Amino acid sequence: MKGMSLIVKTVTNIVIGFIFIYGLYIILHGHLTPGGGFAGGVIIAGVFVLKLLTFGSKAKDERSASTQASVWESIGGLLFVSVAFLGLLLAGTFFINFLPKGTPLHLLSAGIIPICNIAIAIKVGAGLFAIFLALAAQKYIIED
Amino acid sequence: MIELYLFLIFMVTAAIIATEIKDLMAAVISLGAVGFSVAIMFIMLQAPDLAIVQIVVEVLTIVIFVAVILRTTHIDKTIGKKLSGTQILAIVSFSGFAILFLIVMFRTLQEIPAFGEPIMKVAMEYIRLGLSSYGPGGANIVANVILDFRALDTLGEATVLFTSVIAVVTLIRKSGRKK
Repeated sequence: MKGMSLIVKTVTNIVIGFIFIYGLYIILHGHLTPGGGFAGGVIIAGVFVLKLLTFGSKAKDERSASTQASVWESIGGLLFVSVAFLGLLLAGTFFINFLPKGTPLHLLSAGIIPICNIAIAIKVGAGLFAIFLALAAQKYIIED
Repeated sequence: MIELYLFLIFMVTAAIIATEIKDLMAAVISLGAVGFSVAIMFIMLQAPDLAIVQIVVEVLTIVIFVAVILRTTHIDKTIGKKLSGTQILAIVSFSGFAILFLIVMFRTLQEIPAFGEPIMKVAMEYIRLGLSSYGPGGANIVANVILDFRALDTLGEATVLFTSVIAVVTLIRKSGRKK
Protein backbone atom coordinates (compact mmCIF):
# COMPACT_ATOMS: atom_id res chain seq x y z
CA MET A 1 0.00 0.00 0.00
CA LYS A 2 1.41 3.38 -1.00
CA GLY A 3 1.89 6.23 1.43
CA MET A 4 0.56 9.79 1.20
CA SER A 5 2.13 13.23 0.70
CA LEU A 6 4.56 15.06 2.99
CA ILE A 7 1.83 17.33 4.42
CA VAL A 8 -0.26 14.37 5.53
CA LYS A 9 2.81 12.65 6.98
CA THR A 10 3.81 15.71 9.03
CA VAL A 11 0.30 16.29 10.38
CA THR A 12 -0.05 12.60 11.22
CA ASN A 13 3.27 12.64 13.09
CA ILE A 14 1.93 15.46 15.26
CA VAL A 15 -1.58 14.16 16.02
CA ILE A 16 -1.10 10.39 16.13
CA GLY A 17 0.25 10.30 19.70
CA PHE A 18 -2.60 12.45 21.00
CA ILE A 19 -5.19 10.20 19.37
CA PHE A 20 -3.54 7.14 20.93
CA ILE A 21 -3.52 8.73 24.40
CA TYR A 22 -7.16 9.78 23.97
CA GLY A 23 -8.02 6.17 23.13
CA LEU A 24 -6.20 4.94 26.25
CA TYR A 25 -8.05 7.57 28.32
CA ILE A 26 -11.42 6.43 26.96
CA ILE A 27 -10.55 2.81 27.80
CA LEU A 28 -9.09 3.33 31.28
CA HIS A 29 -11.81 5.78 32.39
CA GLY A 30 -14.57 3.62 30.90
CA HIS A 31 -16.11 2.96 34.31
CA LEU A 32 -16.11 6.67 35.25
CA THR A 33 -16.93 8.72 32.14
CA PRO A 34 -18.80 8.01 28.89
CA GLY A 35 -16.90 5.66 26.64
CA GLY A 36 -15.49 2.28 27.50
CA GLY A 37 -13.72 -0.64 25.93
CA PHE A 38 -15.57 -0.68 22.62
CA ALA A 39 -15.17 3.02 21.78
CA GLY A 40 -11.56 3.14 22.99
CA GLY A 41 -10.66 0.01 21.05
CA VAL A 42 -12.06 1.48 17.86
CA ILE A 43 -10.01 4.66 18.43
CA ILE A 44 -6.83 2.55 18.91
CA ALA A 45 -7.65 0.65 15.71
CA GLY A 46 -8.11 4.03 14.02
CA VAL A 47 -4.58 5.03 15.07
CA PHE A 48 -3.13 1.96 13.35
CA VAL A 49 -5.29 2.52 10.26
CA LEU A 50 -4.14 6.17 10.10
CA LYS A 51 -0.49 5.15 10.36
CA LEU A 52 -0.87 2.47 7.67
CA LEU A 53 -2.72 4.80 5.27
CA THR A 54 -0.30 7.68 5.77
CA PHE A 55 3.08 5.99 5.70
CA GLY A 56 2.24 2.98 3.54
CA SER A 57 3.62 -0.48 4.08
CA LYS A 58 5.17 -3.46 2.36
CA ALA A 59 3.10 -6.56 1.57
CA LYS A 60 5.28 -8.66 3.89
CA ASP A 61 4.68 -6.33 6.85
CA GLU A 62 0.94 -6.33 6.14
CA ARG A 63 0.87 -10.12 6.29
CA SER A 64 2.70 -10.24 9.64
CA ALA A 65 0.49 -7.40 10.95
CA SER A 66 -2.58 -9.43 9.97
CA THR A 67 -1.28 -12.44 11.90
CA GLN A 68 -0.46 -10.27 14.92
CA ALA A 69 -3.92 -8.67 14.84
CA SER A 70 -5.52 -12.11 14.87
CA VAL A 71 -3.33 -13.17 17.82
CA TRP A 72 -4.17 -10.02 19.80
CA GLU A 73 -7.88 -10.41 19.09
CA SER A 74 -7.72 -13.94 20.51
CA ILE A 75 -5.76 -12.70 23.55
CA GLY A 76 -8.43 -10.08 24.24
CA GLY A 77 -11.26 -12.57 23.93
CA LEU A 78 -9.49 -15.10 26.16
CA LEU A 79 -8.80 -12.39 28.77
CA PHE A 80 -12.50 -11.45 28.84
CA VAL A 81 -13.65 -15.07 29.17
CA SER A 82 -10.98 -15.89 31.75
CA VAL A 83 -12.18 -13.00 33.96
CA ALA A 84 -15.65 -14.55 33.74
CA PHE A 85 -14.32 -18.02 34.63
CA LEU A 86 -12.23 -16.60 37.51
CA GLY A 87 -15.51 -15.35 38.96
CA LEU A 88 -16.90 -18.88 38.62
CA LEU A 89 -13.85 -20.37 40.36
CA LEU A 90 -13.35 -17.81 43.14
CA ALA A 91 -16.88 -16.67 43.95
CA GLY A 92 -19.10 -19.33 42.44
CA THR A 93 -20.92 -17.29 39.80
CA PHE A 94 -20.06 -16.73 36.14
CA PHE A 95 -19.11 -13.05 35.58
CA ILE A 96 -19.48 -12.07 39.24
CA ASN A 97 -17.62 -8.92 40.31
CA PHE A 98 -15.18 -10.68 42.69
CA LEU A 99 -12.57 -7.92 43.08
CA PRO A 100 -12.84 -5.25 45.83
CA LYS A 101 -15.00 -2.32 44.70
CA GLY A 102 -12.81 0.51 46.06
CA THR A 103 -14.02 4.10 46.45
CA PRO A 104 -16.51 5.22 43.81
CA LEU A 105 -15.29 7.86 41.32
CA HIS A 106 -11.65 6.74 41.73
CA LEU A 107 -9.63 5.23 38.91
CA LEU A 108 -9.10 1.97 40.79
CA SER A 109 -12.69 1.11 41.55
CA ALA A 110 -15.60 -0.97 40.26
CA GLY A 111 -13.87 -4.37 40.57
CA ILE A 112 -13.57 -6.28 37.30
CA ILE A 113 -15.09 -3.57 35.07
CA PRO A 114 -11.75 -1.87 34.14
CA ILE A 115 -10.16 -5.26 33.36
CA CYS A 116 -13.13 -6.19 31.16
CA ASN A 117 -12.86 -2.78 29.45
CA ILE A 118 -9.18 -3.39 28.65
CA ALA A 119 -9.92 -6.92 27.35
CA ILE A 120 -12.75 -5.67 25.12
CA ALA A 121 -10.56 -2.81 23.87
CA ILE A 122 -7.76 -5.22 22.84
CA LYS A 123 -10.30 -7.48 21.18
CA VAL A 124 -12.25 -4.80 19.31
CA GLY A 125 -9.17 -2.84 18.27
CA ALA A 126 -7.30 -5.85 16.92
CA GLY A 127 -10.44 -7.24 15.28
CA LEU A 128 -11.32 -4.05 13.43
CA PHE A 129 -7.70 -3.58 12.34
CA ALA A 130 -7.69 -7.17 11.02
CA ILE A 131 -10.88 -6.39 9.06
CA PHE A 132 -9.27 -3.24 7.65
CA LEU A 133 -6.14 -5.18 6.64
CA ALA A 134 -8.21 -7.91 5.02
CA LEU A 135 -10.53 -5.55 3.13
CA ALA A 136 -8.37 -2.59 2.19
CA ALA A 137 -4.68 -3.39 2.49
CA GLN A 138 -4.00 -6.92 1.30
CA LYS A 139 -4.15 -7.71 -2.38
CA TYR A 140 -7.19 -9.87 -2.75
CA ILE A 141 -8.61 -11.79 -5.62
CA ILE A 142 -11.67 -10.34 -7.33
CA GLU A 143 -11.56 -12.17 -10.61
CA ASP A 144 -12.54 -15.69 -9.52
CA MET B 1 -38.86 16.64 19.71
CA ILE B 2 -39.39 18.26 16.29
CA GLU B 3 -35.60 18.19 15.64
CA LEU B 4 -35.63 14.42 15.96
CA TYR B 5 -38.27 14.13 13.24
CA LEU B 6 -36.32 16.54 11.01
CA PHE B 7 -33.22 14.39 11.47
CA LEU B 8 -35.30 11.29 10.74
CA ILE B 9 -36.53 12.75 7.43
CA PHE B 10 -32.96 13.80 6.57
CA MET B 11 -31.68 10.29 7.34
CA VAL B 12 -34.34 8.58 5.22
CA THR B 13 -33.53 10.92 2.31
CA ALA B 14 -29.79 10.29 2.66
CA ALA B 15 -30.32 6.53 2.84
CA ILE B 16 -32.41 6.55 -0.35
CA ILE B 17 -29.71 8.65 -2.09
CA ALA B 18 -27.05 6.19 -0.89
CA THR B 19 -28.80 3.27 -2.56
CA GLU B 20 -29.82 5.04 -5.77
CA ILE B 21 -26.76 7.11 -6.73
CA LYS B 22 -24.39 5.89 -9.43
CA ASP B 23 -21.11 7.13 -7.94
CA LEU B 24 -20.11 4.88 -5.04
CA MET B 25 -18.04 7.61 -3.36
CA ALA B 26 -21.14 9.83 -3.14
CA ALA B 27 -23.08 6.86 -1.78
CA VAL B 28 -20.48 6.43 0.98
CA ILE B 29 -20.74 10.13 1.86
CA SER B 30 -24.55 9.80 2.10
CA LEU B 31 -24.07 6.78 4.35
CA GLY B 32 -21.77 8.87 6.54
CA ALA B 33 -24.47 11.55 6.77
CA VAL B 34 -26.90 8.89 8.04
CA GLY B 35 -24.38 7.64 10.62
CA PHE B 36 -23.47 11.06 11.98
CA SER B 37 -27.16 12.00 12.18
CA VAL B 38 -27.63 8.94 14.39
CA ALA B 39 -24.75 10.19 16.55
CA ILE B 40 -26.33 13.66 16.87
CA MET B 41 -29.67 12.06 17.76
CA PHE B 42 -27.94 10.04 20.50
CA ILE B 43 -26.48 13.26 21.93
CA MET B 44 -29.93 14.92 21.82
CA LEU B 45 -31.39 11.95 23.68
CA GLN B 46 -28.58 12.28 26.28
CA ALA B 47 -26.73 9.05 25.47
CA PRO B 48 -23.05 10.12 25.19
CA ASP B 49 -21.74 6.53 25.47
CA LEU B 50 -23.59 5.47 22.36
CA ALA B 51 -22.73 8.72 20.58
CA ILE B 52 -18.98 8.17 21.08
CA VAL B 53 -19.21 4.58 19.82
CA GLN B 54 -21.35 5.65 16.86
CA ILE B 55 -18.93 8.43 15.83
CA VAL B 56 -15.74 6.35 16.01
CA VAL B 57 -17.27 3.28 14.33
CA GLU B 58 -18.76 5.50 11.61
CA VAL B 59 -15.38 7.13 10.93
CA LEU B 60 -13.59 3.78 10.74
CA THR B 61 -16.19 2.16 8.48
CA ILE B 62 -16.14 5.14 6.12
CA VAL B 63 -12.33 4.99 5.98
CA ILE B 64 -12.57 1.28 5.12
CA PHE B 65 -15.23 1.98 2.45
CA VAL B 66 -13.17 4.78 0.90
CA ALA B 67 -9.97 2.68 0.94
CA VAL B 68 -11.77 -0.18 -0.79
CA ILE B 69 -13.37 2.13 -3.37
CA LEU B 70 -10.03 3.79 -4.17
CA ARG B 71 -8.51 0.36 -4.81
CA THR B 72 -11.35 -1.04 -6.92
CA THR B 73 -13.98 1.00 -8.77
CA HIS B 74 -16.30 3.90 -7.96
CA ILE B 75 -19.01 3.41 -10.56
CA ASP B 76 -21.99 1.22 -9.72
CA LYS B 77 -22.93 -0.36 -13.04
CA THR B 78 -26.09 -2.06 -11.79
CA ILE B 79 -28.04 1.18 -11.26
CA GLY B 80 -30.25 2.34 -14.11
CA LYS B 81 -30.48 -1.03 -15.85
CA LYS B 82 -33.78 -2.71 -16.67
CA LEU B 83 -35.00 -5.15 -14.05
CA SER B 84 -35.19 -8.81 -14.93
CA GLY B 85 -38.20 -11.03 -14.15
CA THR B 86 -36.73 -12.64 -11.02
CA GLN B 87 -35.77 -9.24 -9.63
CA ILE B 88 -39.33 -7.93 -10.07
CA LEU B 89 -40.65 -11.08 -8.39
CA ALA B 90 -38.23 -10.55 -5.50
CA ILE B 91 -39.27 -6.90 -5.11
CA VAL B 92 -42.99 -7.75 -5.15
CA SER B 93 -42.65 -10.57 -2.61
CA PHE B 94 -40.44 -8.42 -0.37
CA SER B 95 -42.96 -5.58 -0.49
CA GLY B 96 -45.71 -8.00 0.50
CA PHE B 97 -43.75 -9.21 3.52
CA ALA B 98 -42.77 -5.63 4.43
CA ILE B 99 -46.43 -4.50 4.46
CA LEU B 100 -47.38 -7.54 6.57
CA PHE B 101 -44.51 -6.75 8.96
CA LEU B 102 -45.56 -3.09 9.22
CA ILE B 103 -49.15 -4.04 10.06
CA VAL B 104 -48.02 -6.44 12.81
CA MET B 105 -45.45 -3.90 14.05
CA PHE B 106 -48.06 -1.11 14.18
CA ARG B 107 -50.33 -3.23 16.37
CA THR B 108 -47.39 -4.19 18.61
CA LEU B 109 -46.15 -0.62 19.00
CA GLN B 110 -49.54 0.52 20.30
CA GLU B 111 -49.04 -1.71 23.34
CA ILE B 112 -45.69 -0.30 24.49
CA PRO B 113 -45.42 2.92 26.54
CA ALA B 114 -45.19 6.26 24.74
CA PHE B 115 -41.88 7.75 23.57
CA GLY B 116 -40.03 9.38 26.49
CA GLU B 117 -42.10 7.66 29.19
CA PRO B 118 -40.37 4.33 29.89
CA ILE B 119 -41.55 1.89 32.54
CA MET B 120 -38.02 1.67 34.11
CA LYS B 121 -38.85 -1.31 36.33
CA VAL B 122 -35.52 -3.13 35.86
CA ALA B 123 -33.51 0.02 35.16
CA MET B 124 -34.53 1.60 38.48
CA GLU B 125 -32.96 -1.39 40.24
CA TYR B 126 -29.72 -0.92 38.27
CA ILE B 127 -29.62 2.79 39.14
CA ARG B 128 -30.37 2.08 42.80
CA LEU B 129 -27.64 -0.59 43.09
CA GLY B 130 -25.10 1.18 40.86
CA LEU B 131 -22.99 3.06 43.40
CA SER B 132 -24.14 1.23 46.56
CA SER B 133 -21.83 -1.18 48.36
CA TYR B 134 -23.75 -4.20 47.00
CA GLY B 135 -23.49 -3.15 43.35
CA PRO B 136 -20.54 -2.95 40.96
CA GLY B 137 -19.53 0.54 42.14
CA GLY B 138 -18.68 2.16 38.82
CA ALA B 139 -19.57 5.82 38.35
CA ASN B 140 -20.63 5.26 34.72
CA ILE B 141 -23.98 3.50 34.97
CA VAL B 142 -23.73 2.25 31.38
CA ALA B 143 -20.43 0.47 32.16
CA ASN B 144 -22.07 -1.04 35.24
CA VAL B 145 -24.93 -2.40 33.17
CA ILE B 146 -22.94 -3.78 30.23
CA LEU B 147 -20.01 -5.23 32.22
CA ASP B 148 -21.60 -6.30 35.50
CA PHE B 149 -25.37 -6.72 35.47
CA ARG B 150 -25.51 -7.76 31.82
CA ALA B 151 -21.96 -9.02 31.25
CA LEU B 152 -23.21 -12.20 29.57
CA ASP B 153 -24.85 -10.07 26.85
CA THR B 154 -21.52 -8.32 26.31
CA LEU B 155 -19.84 -11.71 25.97
CA GLY B 156 -22.38 -12.57 23.29
CA GLU B 157 -21.73 -9.28 21.51
CA ALA B 158 -17.96 -9.90 21.66
CA THR B 159 -18.58 -13.36 20.18
CA VAL B 160 -20.56 -11.83 17.31
CA LEU B 161 -17.68 -9.46 16.53
CA PHE B 162 -15.16 -12.34 16.78
CA THR B 163 -17.22 -14.44 14.38
CA SER B 164 -17.52 -11.62 11.86
CA VAL B 165 -13.77 -10.94 11.98
CA ILE B 166 -13.08 -14.66 11.42
CA ALA B 167 -15.55 -14.67 8.50
CA VAL B 168 -14.01 -11.62 6.81
CA VAL B 169 -10.40 -12.79 7.27
CA THR B 170 -11.26 -16.30 6.05
CA LEU B 171 -13.22 -15.18 2.99
CA ILE B 172 -10.76 -12.53 1.80
CA ARG B 173 -7.49 -14.27 2.58
CA LYS B 174 -4.85 -14.74 -0.06
CA SER B 175 -2.84 -17.59 1.40
CA GLY B 176 -4.27 -21.07 1.14
CA ARG B 177 -6.50 -20.38 -1.85
CA LYS B 178 -6.50 -22.52 -4.95
CA LYS B 179 -5.55 -20.67 -8.09
